[in-house]
Amino acid sequence: MSNAAVSQFAIEGEFTIYRAADVKTELLDALRKTQVLEVNLAGVSELDTAGLQVLMLAKQTAQADKRELHLVAHSPAVVEIFQMLDLGAFFGDAVLIH
Amino acid sequence: MNLDAALQTFIAESRELLEDMENALLNVDLACDTGEAIAAIFRAAHTIKGSAGLFSLDHIVAFTHVVESLLDEVRDCRVVLNDEMIVLLLSCCDFLNGMIDGLAGGNFESDPDTQAEGEMLLAQLRRHMACACEEGGAAEAAAGPGALAIPAEPGVERIGDGGGEERGDNDYWHISLRFGRGVLQNGMDPIAFLRYLPKLGTIKAIATVPDALPPAEEMDAELCYLGFEIAFDSQADKEAIEGVFEFVQDDCEIRIISPRSKVSHYVDLIRALPEQAARLGDILVRCGSVTARELDAALNQQHAAEGAAGEALPPPPLGSILVEGGNVPPVVVEAALAKQKQVSEQKAQESRSIRIDSEKLDKLIDLVGELIIAGARANMIGQHIQNAELQECTSILSGLVEEVRDAALELRMVKIGATFNRFQRVVHDVARELGKDIGLMVSGEDSELDKTVVEKIGDPLMHLVRNAMDHGIESAEARVAAGKPAKGMIRLNAFHESGSIVIEVSDDGGGLRKDKIFAKAVERGLVDPERKMSDSEIYNLIFEPGFSTAEKITNLSGRGVGMDVVKRNITALRGSVDIGSREGQGTTVTVRLPLTLAIIDGFLVQVGSSVFVVPLDMIEECIEYATEPGQDYCNLRGQVLPFIRLRQLFRIEGAGTRRESIVVLKLGTLRAGLVVDTLLGEFQTVIKPLSPIFSEVKCISGSTILGSGEVALIVDVAALMRTVGGRAVAMAA
Repeated sequence: MSNAAVSQFAIEGEFTIYRAADVKTELLDALRKTQVLEVNLAGVSELDTAGLQVLMLAKQTAQADKRELHLVAHSPAVVEIFQMLDLGAFFGDAVLIH
Repeated sequence: MNLDAALQTFIAESRELLEDMENALLNVDLACDTGEAIAAIFRAAHTIKGSAGLFSLDHIVAFTHVVESLLDEVRDCRVVLNDEMIVLLLSCCDFLNGMIDGLAGGNFESDPDTQAEGEMLLAQLRRHMACACEEGGAAEAAAGPGALAIPAEPGVERIGDGGGEERGDNDYWHISLRFGRGVLQNGMDPIAFLRYLPKLGTIKAIATVPDALPPAEEMDAELCYLGFEIAFDSQADKEAIEGVFEFVQDDCEIRIISPRSKVSHYVDLIRALPEQAARLGDILVRCGSVTARELDAALNQQHAAEGAAGEALPPPPLGSILVEGGNVPPVVVEAALAKQKQVSEQKAQESRSIRIDSEKLDKLIDLVGELIIAGARANMIGQHIQNAELQECTSILSGLVEEVRDAALELRMVKIGATFNRFQRVVHDVARELGKDIGLMVSGEDSELDKTVVEKIGDPLMHLVRNAMDHGIESAEARVAAGKPAKGMIRLNAFHESGSIVIEVSDDGGGLRKDKIFAKAVERGLVDPERKMSDSEIYNLIFEPGFSTAEKITNLSGRGVGMDVVKRNITALRGSVDIGSREGQGTTVTVRLPLTLAIIDGFLVQVGSSVFVVPLDMIEECIEYATEPGQDYCNLRGQVLPFIRLRQLFRIEGAGTRRESIVVLKLGTLRAGLVVDTLLGEFQTVIKPLSPIFSEVKCISGSTILGSGEVALIVDVAALMRTVGGRAVAMAA
């Protein structure tokens, strides 16, 4: 895997049911086009179950397709949910504790 | 939790949401990000609708549905939110509040009296909508509650306590949740329930089960696919834990296994769930709900012989089954077991808050008061019989009592922020009524004060704010002409100062006009036309009964009943009110209130045979009395200090002692001395109100009981200052 195959994707603002469907389409599109996708969560101000599901779906899809999906720069809102639901192992990314 | 309790939660939540919605509406023009504010408003309406549906409150659902539809269009930028709509939506908030109040009063149907108002609001809402979608909307609203509210058989497993079988060795509840596909669309967020769960106990371990997620193409981002397995440490009973999920009960498979349940229950759970048994077993072990060993034994038992009750089967480790199944490496099971041990060793450290009846708190404060009096008596006797050991004891005791007192009083302290925030709406509404453009700025919301004081200060503050808006802030034209921004500002500020809380209500309006006030006061016969008065004295005339300078009486203020009532209310709280103003620049009303109404640190002084208490917070220092005879001021390090002879003030018989003292008092910027015979020292003072007969007595704010059983009067420093203040100024003139 060359470094050139790493793409970036950023999710901003409220990542909730109101936007989950849109983000899902964009995120999966981005994933399909690259070998390694880095999803930047720094701008996520709120995360709900619907948003979380999309992230989990993307992770599973990536694993199934032998691609890599990394979540980076978790915002406090994301860290809170990940800690509460003990999801660190599922995503397997380094989470910076704020 | 029964439905009643859930309904109470709904009522409380809805009120909060409506408050949020109201605040968001009021701030929508201030917010830099309008989108966010609108989203917040939308969410509030959406959540109320969703929850109301669960209780079959069709009238609320139908109404919020239309509100939500309009907000939806606003959110999608099909309709622009204008002032008129904000007012309309605020009225909708009020209407919803009315419905919620009705609900709290046990009224589950729409109130026929208000139906007309509701219809009118709905008609207005529809008028603002871009598309003529009301038919569809109404139909959906009608269908909505029906679809949501059918009470289904709760998907909760009941577990009886049968004996005989092997029991799990753990102290945690196990909660298994599989949310229905539709929960998200019904406005519920599973995470929100999990977030609430820690209020009942501690989540010891949690596993998120994403197995139901379909392939990417088939996954609908608005459906819920997740499940959770939770090990939960709680003293709550099963009903309480179920109650947490009351709102999704119909939409969710909930299985709760109580602590120390039979292992077979876990096995049943594994069987009942859609996921693979080995994987679930792993999850349960990881949650620490059941150990690998126990689970294995139980599984084997059931495999080996249906119904053959034998506990002697050798249990092969679950780990091997799991590993054989290729699901988890051995390390994981070991780690899970290690973690389990660690978790059970960990002591729960919970920070919980409790709600208690305020009467109980009052009772506690009363008791602490009695304790202080009894302590003072013990202290006095200790001194009297001159027993060193006893004295040491009582001194430790009084130290502790003091701490208990502070802790007890602190329980009653609340932040003033909530009171301040109510004024956002008031300012908005009154500004509209007056046709002025006025904003509100709030600071010092974190200042704390006694709950009773907070409750009683609301009305006087309301009057001051209204008054400032009505009389203080000029019309937009006048402001622009004076070179000020067209938008007027009202400021509310609070801070602590020497044992009091100070609340300031200021405006940036035209200020008070001295000549006008004075002329009016003369006209009303309140002052002698020849009298020379300081600015501050003139300003304070507006607190006199029957005084109003407004040329035009509006329905808000200007009737001349008000400022005097404000003053009376504040004085009744042992507070004081003062007004400062600069012509053309604005007016500031300063309200000064004691932090608490029950117990204070006092300083005992004696005049003749009478003992008085001076609030310690107001004392700056004590000095020796020394002055020229016949004067009532002295030189305090180069400054003039006017003083009052307590003996004269209260007309106490007898001559002063040889060595009199001056207690230097400070209130705000004023300073004055009090001449007394003897200083007796500090004393914890339980304030006992004076009987109403003595309400006209000046300069005394209450009484207290001394250790000896004698009564001491508490000096009202604010009133005293006014006496001195007048004289000091008169001297200067």
